[in-house]
Amino acid sequence: MPRKTATPDEVAAKLTAFLKRSHNAKSVRVDDVRLLTGGASRQTWSFDATIEHADGRNETLALIARADQRQTVGLMTREIEYRLLEAAHAEGVPVPRVHLMGDDSLGAPFFLMERIDGETIARRILRDDEYEGARQKMTAQLGEILAAVHRVPIDRHGLAGDLMGPLAGKSPADSELQRIEGTFRSITPEPHPAFELAIRWLKARLPASGELALVHGDFRLGNLIIGPEGVRSVLDWELGHVGDPMEDLAWLCVRSWRFGNDQLPVAGVGQREDLFRAYEAAGGRKIDPAAVHWWEVFGNLRWGVFCIMQARAYLDGLSQSVELATIGRRTAETEWELLNLMENG
Amino acid sequence: MQDRPTYDELLAAVEHFLDTEIVPNVPGSRGFHARVAANAIRIIRRELSNEEDQLAAEWSGLDAVLGPAERPAGRKQLRTALLERNEALCTLIRSGDADDGEAARKVLEHVQRTVRDKLTVSDPALLERS
Repeated sequence: MPRKTATPDEVAAKLTAFLKRSHNAKSVRVDDVRLLTGGASRQTWSFDATIEHADGRNETLALIARADQRQTVGLMTREIEYRLLEAAHAEGVPVPRVHLMGDDSLGAPFFLMERIDGETIARRILRDDEYEGARQKMTAQLGEILAAVHRVPIDRHGLAGDLMGPLAGKSPADSELQRIEGTFRSITPEPHPAFELAIRWLKARLPASGELALVHGDFRLGNLIIGPEGVRSVLDWELGHVGDPMEDLAWLCVRSWRFGNDQLPVAGVGQREDLFRAYEAAGGRKIDPAAVHWWEVFGNLRWGVFCIMQARAYLDGLSQSVELATIGRRTAETEWELLNLMENG
Repeated sequence: MQDRPTYDELLAAVEHFLDTEIVPNVPGSRGFHARVAANAIRIIRRELSNEEDQLAAEWSGLDAVLGPAERPAGRKQLRTALLERNEALCTLIRSGDADDGEAARKVLEHVQRTVRDKLTVSDPALLERS
């Protein structure tokens, strides 16, 4: 049965009680609770909280609550995401500051973090005049940010054991391909000859294992907050894992994330060479263009399998979202791109 | 046989209503979903107008790769048989027998055509940009 989404009023009441308890506050007022779009499988609520502290001090916070509607296979728990955000912030990656780890107040795991103003909708970032300046700067900024992400010392933050990593004795490429193939075979409602071709191609060309790093896992437009001055914040760390840093650079170049600006492979704003140059100059790993190409093919397969996964949530009755239902028909665009990429190398 | 409007004409009315009345006037998540819903109507309209030709073309494409077979008459039977033949094509690809040479060329040609047909329905703008 599809689970009914809580109303904003219900969420406001629960968050008010939670904040009052957590801050030991005299009073808390929660306003403007809104369910944000995006994050199709999980819920993100936006709200303002006015807290009257025990010492009489008043504080108004713009906050986000990230909650699990349901635990999704392969996604990290909210608790690990919270700690990952703390670690990324400590290493200078622009991320929202976490505010509080939640409890069972919302009937589902959640945490609170600061709300950062700005634009996440790709169509506006790529088309509106307001972001012309940002578009000029973004490619270099994205390279610099990824270099910082890949420097986050997850061991020091106690995260190494909590994040997914390569399978024992296997390279990140081999492991991730094995995982996505397994997911594909277990969820697909119909055969996909194009994906079979892609899996053959990828298996025959596995890149060697390099030095491991924290990989964001979903670094693309839609998960970045952009202002007129450029990138403000990196969101949605729930696919973060230990792996090959080339994976993030390639995912950013997957055609679906160009939102129609096909000639600008980096997020629809820039060229690969400029991304690579900025990444290496900012202390990122040495770029291997052949490995990045392999990961871009892999990325298209991965996004195609994610499309099927989201459609499955609709087909299995876990959600009645028209967005999830129609994403099933976006699988073909990844098949098309896979055929093009394989033909050219 | 039903009276006018035809299904396509009815769907066009729903599409127009969503595009002109709902999408511009409803903010936030609901407005976004109305945009998605209007796009779903467009996908359905394109599928209905192409379905017969595309299913037939896919069958003959599979004939070229797997060897000829008799095409079932009914639409439902045809869809079921197509799923089975696509499973057979996937098995062929996984076996490695279509990795190179003439077999590889034939399989690729067929897969390219069927994916193009899917995009003609789901995202024709992407094909125009390709």
